[in-house]
Amino acid sequence: MRYSWNWSVLTVEPNLGWILSGIEWTILVSLAAWSIAFTWGSVLGIARTVQSPLVRALAGGYVELFRNIPLLVQMFLWYFVLPEVLPQRWGTWLKRDLPDAEFWTAVVCLGLYTACRVCETVRSGIGSISRGQAYAGLATGLTPFQVYLYILLPVGYRIIMPALTTEFLSIFKNSSLALTIGVLELTGQTRRISEYTFQPIEMFLTATALYGLITLTVTALMRVVEGRTRLPGMITVAVQ
Amino acid sequence: MTRFDLGYVAGTLPLLWDGMQTTLLLTVVSLVGGLAFGMLLAVLRLSRVKPIALAAASYVNLIRALPLLLLIFWFYFLVPLWLGRPVGGFTSALIGFVLFEAAYFCEIIRSGIQSVRRGQIMAGLGTGLTYAQTMRAIVLPQALRNMLPLLLTESINLFKGTALVYVVGVRDFLTAASIIGTRDNTLVPMYCLVALVYFSLCLAASLSVGRLQRRYAL
Repeated sequence: MRYSWNWSVLTVEPNLGWILSGIEWTILVSLAAWSIAFTWGSVLGIARTVQSPLVRALAGGYVELFRNIPLLVQMFLWYFVLPEVLPQRWGTWLKRDLPDAEFWTAVVCLGLYTACRVCETVRSGIGSISRGQAYAGLATGLTPFQVYLYILLPVGYRIIMPALTTEFLSIFKNSSLALTIGVLELTGQTRRISEYTFQPIEMFLTATALYGLITLTVTALMRVVEGRTRLPGMITVAVQ
Repeated sequence: MTRFDLGYVAGTLPLLWDGMQTTLLLTVVSLVGGLAFGMLLAVLRLSRVKPIALAAASYVNLIRALPLLLLIFWFYFLVPLWLGRPVGGFTSALIGFVLFEAAYFCEIIRSGIQSVRRGQIMAGLGTGLTYAQTMRAIVLPQALRNMLPLLLTESINLFKGTALVYVVGVRDFLTAASIIGTRDNTLVPMYCLVALVYFSLCLAASLSVGRLQRRYAL
C-alpha cells in the first residue's frame, strides 16, 4: 500500500474552515432534529399507552410507517417528492423561497424518523412500570392526566434515560445522511476536501476522530445526567 | 409527470429488479459475513485474556460511534488502496457492511450468551458434560432463542441500510430507481414506488419477527 501522507491539508485554508463549518452543521441538524424527535416521540409514546384503541392504533401506524422505510428514502421523499405533490404555491415556496431549505428538510426528516424510535422507548418505559402504581394513583382520586403527569412520566423517563442516550447518539450519526440532499455537514465536508486534495485518509481520520469525540462527550454528559436521575433500586431497561 | 402510469412503471420493472437483486445480494452476503465476524468478535469480547477482550471491545465501540455513511466512504477509498487495484463500489461497500454489521451482531450475540445464567454452565459441567457439550447442548440453544428476534431485526436494519450504497453509485434498488427517475423526469413516482416496496417488505418481515418472538420466547 503506497500512500503519501500530508497532514498539512488539514490546516490549509479553506479546509480548516470547511471542517469547522461541517461540525457546526452536524451539531445544528442533530440538535434541531432531536428537539422534534423528543417532543413528538414523547407524545406518540404516551399515545401508545392510553385507553383509546383508536389513538393507540394511529400512533402504532405512525411507528410502522416511519420504521419500515429506509431513512435515505425518507430523505428523498421529503426533498424531491413533497414539493411536487403539494399545491403548487407551497411547492414553489419550499423549493425556491425557503432559506436553507436543505437544512430544514433534513431536520424535519430526521426528527420525524427518530420520533418513531423515541416513541417506542417512551412506551416501553411507561409499560415497565407496574400497573399497580397507575391503579393506586386512580384510586386516590387522581385523574388519568394527573396519573401520567405525577406518576408514569417521571418514573418512566428516569427508567429510559440510557435508551434515550442511545437514540440521541444515533441522531448525530444519522445526520450524515443530510449530505445526500446537499447539507455539507461533517461527513460531506471531509468528503469534499478529500476529493479536492486527494488526501482521503487524513480527512476521514479527522472525521472519525471528531465523531468519536462527539460520542465521548455526549456519553460523558449523559453519564452524569443518568447518575442524577437514576431511580434507587431499579434496573434500567435498555431498548434495542 | 407526477401521475402514476402503470404501463410506464411496468416498463421500468426489469431495471428495478436488477437493482433489487443487487440490494438482496448485498444484504445476504453482508449478513453472512457480518454474522461470522460478529460471532468471532463476541467470543473475543468474552475472552478471559484481558488484552484480547479489550481490543475486540475497542473495535466494536469505535465502529458503533461512526456513521455508516462515513465507513462506506472510508472503504470506498481504502479497499482499492489496500488491494492495489480498483475493485468497484460494490466490493468496497460489501467489505464496509461486513465490518460495520459485525460490531452490531457482536453485541447481540454477546448479550445472548450472557443472558444464560452461569449456574447452568456449572450444572452442565457438574453433571459430567465437557465444556463443549455444555455449550452446545445447554447454553447455545437458549442463547440463540434469546437473541434470534434481535438478530432478525438487525437483519432488517441491514436490508434498509444497504440503500446507503447510493452515495458511491452502486446500482442497488434505490439507485436504479433514481437513475430511471432522472432519465425520464419521473422522480416522484419512482421514489414513491421505492418507498412502497421497502415498506411492504420490511413491514412483512418485522411482523413475522414479532410473531416468531411471541412463539419462541422463553
